Amino acid sequence: MSETMHADYLASIETIADRYGRNPDFLIPMMQDVQTAFGYLPRDALEGLADLLGIPPSQCFSVATFYKSFSLVPRGRHTITVCLGTVCYLKGGREIAETIERELEVKAGGTSRDGLFTYEPVNCLGACALAPVVVVDSEYYDHVKLRDLPRILKKYREADRKGQ
Amino acid sequence: MSSPIATIGDLERWQDRVRQAGPAAVQVAICMGTGCMAKGAASVLEAFRREIAALSDGPRIEIKQTGCHGFCSQGAIVVVSPPEVFYRDVRVEDVPEIVRETALQGQVIERLLYVDPVTNKAHCSPHSIPFYARQRRLVLERNGITDPNSIEDYVAAGGYSSLAKVLSEMTPEEVIAEVEKSGLRGRGGGGFPTGRKWRSCREAPGEPKYLICNGDEGDPGAFMDRSVMEGNPHAVIEGMIIGAYAIGAQQAFIYVRNEYPLAVQRLENALAQAREHGLLGSNILNSGFSLDIQIDRGGGAFVCGESTALMASLEGKPGEPRAKYVHTVEVGLHGKPTLLNNVETWANVPIIIARGADWFASIGTEKSKGTKVFSLVGKVQNTGLVEVPMGMTLREIVVEIGGGVPDGKRLKAVQTGGPSGGCIPTEHMDAEVDFDQLWELGSIMGSGGLIVMDEDTCMVNVARYFTEFLLKESCGKCVPCREGLAQVLEVLTRICAGKGREGDIELLLELCDCLDDAALCGLGNTASNPVRSTIRYFRDEYDAHIRDRRCPARECRGLFDYQIIAEQCRGCGVCAKECPAEAISGERKKPHVIDQDKCIRCGLCFAACPFDSIAKV
Repeated sequence: MSETMHADYLASIETIADRYGRNPDFLIPMMQDVQTAFGYLPRDALEGLADLLGIPPSQCFSVATFYKSFSLVPRGRHTITVCLGTVCYLKGGREIAETIERELEVKAGGTSRDGLFTYEPVNCLGACALAPVVVVDSEYYDHVKLRDLPRILKKYREADRKGQ
Repeated sequence: MSSPIATIGDLERWQDRVRQAGPAAVQVAICMGTGCMAKGAASVLEAFRREIAALSDGPRIEIKQTGCHGFCSQGAIVVVSPPEVFYRDVRVEDVPEIVRETALQGQVIERLLYVDPVTNKAHCSPHSIPFYARQRRLVLERNGITDPNSIEDYVAAGGYSSLAKVLSEMTPEEVIAEVEKSGLRGRGGGGFPTGRKWRSCREAPGEPKYLICNGDEGDPGAFMDRSVMEGNPHAVIEGMIIGAYAIGAQQAFIYVRNEYPLAVQRLENALAQAREHGLLGSNILNSGFSLDIQIDRGGGAFVCGESTALMASLEGKPGEPRAKYVHTVEVGLHGKPTLLNNVETWANVPIIIARGADWFASIGTEKSKGTKVFSLVGKVQNTGLVEVPMGMTLREIVVEIGGGVPDGKRLKAVQTGGPSGGCIPTEHMDAEVDFDQLWELGSIMGSGGLIVMDEDTCMVNVARYFTEFLLKESCGKCVPCREGLAQVLEVLTRICAGKGREGDIELLLELCDCLDDAALCGLGNTASNPVRSTIRYFRDEYDAHIRDRRCPARECRGLFDYQIIAEQCRGCGVCAKECPAEAISGERKKPHVIDQDKCIRCGLCFAACPFDSIAKV
């Protein structure tokens, strides 16, 4: 890592730590902010944060690996969330999850090789009336059928192609 | 109104002022709950704004964004008053007509009305719709009426009066006595008497004391707390302030799931408003009592719904529970006395103070008082949030409010209590729903998920699903949960795959005993409920899997076949195109055939067939 990048890292981590008075009790919200800033939890950022808070880096990593919402690797440009709560599961969520895994060649938490999609199965989004539910970034797709999936994926693939 | 409310007189004057402003001539209430938002409520709202801004004269039409109306299967929901007409499935293109016909002329648009699928009757008013008519709404009373982003709306409806009453007329002792008398029990699932918990915390030695609102609603299929936090955040906050006064806490926390961004946003907004108006902070209403409330977002771990794990998480640690020989009311957050209650419990508190413990205790059954909010979901006509008095029967909830099972299917079981609960079969549908009855039936009240299952649901697979869920969410600290659940899952998985063995059921029950006796926290202690209850009531399904290698519900893959119904098949070829195993063949416009030797039973053809010509046999 270059010197300037390191300085940038430190500056943003300091801002985040200061927001919570550098109190280690707020480690989880701080790490949530770090993840929002970088898109994931870079190793250097966590080590820098631990240093600022005066706690061992292992504490950051144990928190990062315990909670599902943290990612230690870079994520795709879009996050596909498939709800596998009881109702979605009963109404075909499992088949949707399997199809996405097959189509994107990913496993839970993984990112497709083109870096476009990160696939996140979740336990319940609390939107059971819409089951089965797929959420891409913050857009909800309700009552999803297997045959809808190609169209949904295509939408983001095309938008991405146009954006480039 | 931005000057702080320093005294109770100030609050009363403020309430009068907001009320005098009065409602507009016409009000358009748009549901902005997660369900309706997903169905485009935000665009509908924009369309109303555009349409109404374009009007040159006529009555003042007020647009109100409300919390969840509860009838989530009907979104996007819009209620226009007068004449208080309930429109369902409203789309952007309907908006000009609603403004022109209903808002301006009071005319009802028939096509947007809710039609009861049983009686075929169209309903104008929400009160006449059976889904709402049979409910008793206390906690959800203001959901769908008040704007969750407006403290004025909450105050106009009498909000924060309970707080004023407590601070001006009642000692902490009297508050606790009132909550005890009301018979309120914890709505998070355990059903522990709330008043007794408060008293223990008040009497526990040690300063400072902390107070927590548990909004880590992790049960799959449950979204009651989400809707309360999103739809009426001030009620939760008011309850918490009252609780903090009763036990003597000055710092409180709301722990909300990371998956609920809208709830976090609404609560943050509500807290800012309460602080701005002096209802939070130092010397609230000039009483000498001070409190601040802070929001913490969970990191996405189911086990954090458990109180000691939640407190570990609040301390910035992994959410691992500890043994509770010493209760958290004595040694909780940072080793200090801590009072933790669930969202719905807190929302009940202002109601009890306002209307009295005796009134509250008059609702419900002998040992379970008040109402309970359920999320009624699964294979049921009317999906949504329902609030009913304790003691209503399962049948009334599922059939009369929920409209029964759709598509003429047969009701098989109702699952309550999330992964810690059990499946209750149809023969117990007349059981009264309260904490103790559900316990006797091998389930629990839980936080209020009520999942309806029909004949197509395999009960062994349901047990497998919940076990897999719990194993993934087990924190791994204690052996019975970490290793025991893995063994339970292995046995259930092989049964579902048609590889079950004689003696597997007994083995499962033995593992369940071990979990009950030896797991560290509630997650492990109750993990046996889904397995035990399905064995208790649906043992024949287990036997069919193990002995006959058949899944009676035709859900477990490999334990049934797909077959094309020749008489119905039009030979369109869609199934053959979808089939990843090239197992389907046939001439165009002639019935196709599935080669059972090649078929991998993935179900893609079944989902793809436009004519429903593929059967599970």
